[in-house]
Amino acid sequence: MSTNVEVGEPRADTARGSSPALRPSKRKVRWFEVAGFTVPALVVYVAFVFVPIGFGVVMSLHDGSRIAPLNNFVGLDNFINIFTGGRMFGQPFFWDAVRNNFLIAILSLLLQGPIAIGIALLLNRKMKFRGIVRMLIFVPWIVSEVITGVMFQMLLMPNGAIAVWLERIGLGSIAGTQWLADIGTGGLTSVTFWTVMAVLTWKYIGMAIILFLAGLSGIPDELTEAAQIDGASWWQIQRKITLPLLGPTVRIWAFLSIIGSFQLFDMIWILTRANPTIVGMDTMATYMVQVGMSRDRVGYGSAIAVVLFVITLIVALTYQRFILNRDIGKES
Amino acid sequence: MKTKIRAGGIVALAATVALVASACGGGNEPGDGATNGATGDGVEITWWHNGTGEPLLSFWADVAAEFEDANPGVTVNVQAFQNEELRDTILPNAIAGGTAPDVFQSWGGGELQDYVANGVVKDLTDFIPEPVAGAAEAFRVGDGVYGMPYTTLPSGFWVNMNLWEQAGLTEADFPETLDDLFTSWEKLSDAGIVPVAVGGVDGWPAAHWWYWTALRSVPTEAFQAAITDGDFTDQGWIDASDLLQTILDKNAFNPGWQATSAQQGAASASGMVVMGQAAMQLMGTWDYGVMGGIYNEAEGLDADAQEHAEFLRWFPFPQVDGAAGDPAAIMGGVDGFSVHADAPEEAAKLLAHIVSTDVQQRYAAMGNIPVDAGATDSMPAGPLSDAATAVANASSVQLWLDTALGSAVGGGMNSAIVAFMSGQGGPQDVVDALTSLAAG
Repeated sequence: MSTNVEVGEPRADTARGSSPALRPSKRKVRWFEVAGFTVPALVVYVAFVFVPIGFGVVMSLHDGSRIAPLNNFVGLDNFINIFTGGRMFGQPFFWDAVRNNFLIAILSLLLQGPIAIGIALLLNRKMKFRGIVRMLIFVPWIVSEVITGVMFQMLLMPNGAIAVWLERIGLGSIAGTQWLADIGTGGLTSVTFWTVMAVLTWKYIGMAIILFLAGLSGIPDELTEAAQIDGASWWQIQRKITLPLLGPTVRIWAFLSIIGSFQLFDMIWILTRANPTIVGMDTMATYMVQVGMSRDRVGYGSAIAVVLFVITLIVALTYQRFILNRDIGKES
Repeated sequence: MKTKIRAGGIVALAATVALVASACGGGNEPGDGATNGATGDGVEITWWHNGTGEPLLSFWADVAAEFEDANPGVTVNVQAFQNEELRDTILPNAIAGGTAPDVFQSWGGGELQDYVANGVVKDLTDFIPEPVAGAAEAFRVGDGVYGMPYTTLPSGFWVNMNLWEQAGLTEADFPETLDDLFTSWEKLSDAGIVPVAVGGVDGWPAAHWWYWTALRSVPTEAFQAAITDGDFTDQGWIDASDLLQTILDKNAFNPGWQATSAQQGAASASGMVVMGQAAMQLMGTWDYGVMGGIYNEAEGLDADAQEHAEFLRWFPFPQVDGAAGDPAAIMGGVDGFSVHADAPEEAAKLLAHIVSTDVQQRYAAMGNIPVDAGATDSMPAGPLSDAATAVANASSVQLWLDTALGSAVGGGMNSAIVAFMSGQGGPQDVVDALTSLAAG
């Protein structure tokens, strides 16, 4: 973010004697202009971002209920409980939620990345119905997350469409699989975990493909043509030219994907019907709502929100510092 | 040249915004909207309830109008909200924000205790008419009664008689004891019928089974001690899980019950019973209306069609031989209204009118279970009046355990019970979880 509001050097075209009104003046920008443009945004930003964050931090130091969130000042007890609280029978566990978030973030990259790059490379060629295929791939991402969740929940429930269909094609042995209720497992060994990953991939791969297609369209054809003249095969061109030039797009997509994974809530909430703990699918966000809202401990819930905020911030800053950093210098 | 915006200016601006924001928020004192008219010639009462559907919506509006007519100068503003939204969001926010209504829906239990502890609700002991005093105990917190009940929603078994008779059973076979229940399950299974539907994914419908085995297994004093003091040391709390394990071992629940929802659509537990895919479900009396709605939608009938009345019946949870709990107690919910601490005197009078015998009789005539036993006769004959008779014969109505313990303990308890029912742990694990949840 730059505070440089000075208008740039006169451009070449203004020298051609166009209307004086278009000529950028060299006068100083006046304070009321700055205020006029920034204050409305600033007021909204402060009122709806900073104040709530500050209030959340204040609430996290209390152990109040919904009707009296600022009762019982407890200092840092909530935070100590989050990090040192033990696993309790049948209850959501913070570290399970953190593990799930990291697993989902990593697997989203590993699953969606290669598939999306492959499809994007495929769709980047001239072919029939390319527009329609592109649109179809983008559709799942446009569909509301809640609708997607309800749809898959209905498809995957016991005696749902998937079970019936598996039965009919002779795979009766796996038709009884509890896709969304593999109880007693967690993490990578859970069927439910992989089912959720499949749904998330279905939902979000469209966004990756569209981003990659946009990135590919920015790669000049001349480079490919030059390589072709030099006798490079299609695979060599992709590997040596296209993929390296797609790097900045991939890094931005990975950043968005990681942030999305850390904030994951709706899909899990709907697929597990607001009960992720029993199938070991808690994320930090569902953990926050379960112990904060559903159990009416808004102070504890706010403390989790603060922790979630800090973890996401650390991941985001680390990513920017070590990975996105290399793109910033190249842009200009 | 760069324009420098001084940091001090931003801080000043932020502080101003914060001040303005807090001024807006702090302007309303609790009960503000309520007492507005009290100083003038009229009194205004705001009343929030959860009866969004007909005929209840018009009924409460009529009751409010009657009260206005009988008390000149009093205006009653009635507003209906969807139950969960009202309970979890709208009402707590209004109370926290100082815009609470004068009269509002109350569910008793831990939430009400929190309201009492924060001085939000009024003690209604002096306004409660004799016939509803028994049911009003559900709203007792310490020495006061902080809610006026108007209906009881007992838990029991809803049976699809078509399936029941297919298995060669009749109404005379409605089980008296747990062994009778098991016998009926065997007959249903032999006839190729799923005996029981459970909406396990929602948590509480599965947990209701454990509430019942606990009610049957835990002596009354120990049960109350657990609710008030978080003391779950009685052997009965272990027996409750063992008894439930015996029930689970009969394999009578629908396959995949852990992933089945309770009340939404034909594939839910309620849908399975009314659509003839499972013989029975353990559920509160509201299930009758839920099942009717699912049936009418699936069969393309009018929304108010009553065809399901022909084949749905109700029987109470059976007795358990040799169990230590009160055999005559019944598990269920009590719906009522509470009054805000700053509400005018007329608000409590409105509640007395709501539970007057006349209003209770008309309420019962719509097929609801009244809290005034004198109004029970007004109910049309059917499964709901059977349930009302069971309530009338019960020694007490124990509030749903999760409600009674409050959301901080109740939600965690339901999770622990579902984990136990899914084979994740033993009876001691449930008790340990309850004890540490109750300790906070």
